[in-house]
Amino acid sequence: MFAFIISRILQAVPVMLTVALISFAMFAYVGDPVAIMLGQDFTEAQRDQLVRDLGLDQPFWVQFATFIGHAAQGEFGLSYRLSRPVAELIAERAPATLELAFTAAALALLIGVPMGVYTGLYRHSWLSRFFLTFSLIGVSLPTFLIGILLILVFAVWLGWLPSFGRGDTVNLGWWTTGFLTVSGLKALVLPAITLGLFQLTLIMRLVRAEMMEVLRTDYIKFARARGLPNRVVHFGHALKNTLVPVITIVGLQLGAIIAFAIVTETVFQWPGMGLLFIQSVGAADIPVMSAYLMLIALVFVTINLIVDLLYYAVDPRLRIGRGKGGH
Amino acid sequence: MSNVAPLLQVKNLRVEFPTRRGTLVALDDVSFDIAPGEVLGVVGESGAGKSMTGAAIIGLLEPPGRIAKGEILLGGRRIDNLRYEEMRRIRGKEIGAIFQDPLTTLNPLYTVGRQLAETMTTHLPIGPGEARKRAIEWLEMVGIPAAAQRIDSYPHEFSGGMRQRVVIALALCAEPRLIVADEPTTALDVSIQAQVIALLKRLAREKGTAMMLVTHDMGVIAETADRVAVMYAGRVAEIGPVREVVKHANHPYSAGLMASIPPLDRRVERLAQIDGAMPRLSAIPKGCAYNPRCPQVFDKCRTYRPDLINAGTTQAACWLYDTEAPRG
Repeated sequence: MFAFIISRILQAVPVMLTVALISFAMFAYVGDPVAIMLGQDFTEAQRDQLVRDLGLDQPFWVQFATFIGHAAQGEFGLSYRLSRPVAELIAERAPATLELAFTAAALALLIGVPMGVYTGLYRHSWLSRFFLTFSLIGVSLPTFLIGILLILVFAVWLGWLPSFGRGDTVNLGWWTTGFLTVSGLKALVLPAITLGLFQLTLIMRLVRAEMMEVLRTDYIKFARARGLPNRVVHFGHALKNTLVPVITIVGLQLGAIIAFAIVTETVFQWPGMGLLFIQSVGAADIPVMSAYLMLIALVFVTINLIVDLLYYAVDPRLRIGRGKGGH
Repeated sequence: MSNVAPLLQVKNLRVEFPTRRGTLVALDDVSFDIAPGEVLGVVGESGAGKSMTGAAIIGLLEPPGRIAKGEILLGGRRIDNLRYEEMRRIRGKEIGAIFQDPLTTLNPLYTVGRQLAETMTTHLPIGPGEARKRAIEWLEMVGIPAAAQRIDSYPHEFSGGMRQRVVIALALCAEPRLIVADEPTTALDVSIQAQVIALLKRLAREKGTAMMLVTHDMGVIAETADRVAVMYAGRVAEIGPVREVVKHANHPYSAGLMASIPPLDRRVERLAQIDGAMPRLSAIPKGCAYNPRCPQVFDKCRTYRPDLINAGTTQAACWLYDTEAPRG
């Protein structure tokens, strides 16, 4: 198991280096940092001095290596726009995005999986048909539209929930959380639904399709022939056999939720990383953009590693020749 | 057998599949008994309704299939019209089932010990500790070496033959009175088949379990069964003691089936075969379903469908044995 983790981490290195290269290339090709930092009035000597100070006269590979070295220590320089360290900016914004993303993912899983099991089991009931129709809406409506509709109904018409922001947060030192205050929780509801709805319907449809597949297998018929109660057959034997594809998709989607919370954060003015990214794009704030890019790559790589580990936990057939050493 | 109250009675069973093009009759007027401890072999070509009969008995017909007529009684109690939950308590506890392919009948994600234990705790008043202890005993009984270690193995860690032994343990572990074994050896290597059949036979005898053994394999039947039912196109063509049916079949179809078993004691140029093929369910001919292929067919066979008639040593659904109206 340990060797497996190490090998997967080593496999992730080229991925991260490639992303780092792209992030780094942004500095060279999207605007000129020297021109940005010097402003309008400067002499040729000042310019040369700055180029030397910044190490921009060094060969490309040396500059890249320096960039990697700093990035590995979490150092991405100063934001052009806010003149503050990028790492600090992101650390400030990360809790908001992560709390939103995990709430949305939990919502999608806790509702999507039971709905998928139900619609897979009772294909012809009217409730199943309703869920399926509803899921079509979830799949086909764009996120921003869902967000705006929710704001219209629950914030403007009914006035139950706030339409923007994060509410009051509690500072835990290294993490600010909105989970501990009423206004924080209320503020979380609409963005989490907006962000999670697509995932929810996707998970529901996936679980449904997998359940229908698994319910046809001999081992399910045999489980019934052994007289096991339906609850055990459906939620034990059948559901567990649908998990491998579900874990794959949920893992990928969790990455997507974190990375592409941008739209939802913009609609709800949620003070997370996505909003920071959009504002940075507007101001051509390259250091923030490049750091964000690398962070998202790291999130995807990490989630994929966890997904692979979960496969091994779920499916004993994948463990042959690893860990236990087969038989 | 006649003086013992039968354990299983199947009376005039009719199974229908409603389809868009009309109703298909998969089983028609199937009747037979199984006495306690008796082994009834059920033979016939693919599609004759052998497995369907087994599925109807354990109450797991594939929808939209349904029992349209007839009764199934277990120990005198009618079980064909029970609600799902009541029938569930009978499955595994009163009637065990063995399926054809051991590679697909075990859940790949649970250890064999867990599958055995969950079956026992479902039906027997025992806790998980006792269930685990008995699971090891059952694995030993079905001949799994080092059962105490193997109990925590997953199905994929066993060979096909070993997996079928596990399936047998699963079918027997709640000590049912009847086993429905649907081609339990068809998917196994020939060398393993004999072992598995011997095991099944021995355990059934030790536990006094009756068995309905569905198979293509006449060798298995001859060796294992007390009585044989020959099925053709969803009906019982002939039923009787195994020796009589194998050696002196009365129904022309059973006779043809037995003649097509290659003899071991001499060389034959050509294997005997029955010309033609069994009709599809949607095109069963009028009269006796076997009449287009029957070498002894006469007029009555083409018009009227025969019920089981006493043919001396066996009962055969054939007008040849109808004493009231002579052939002509």
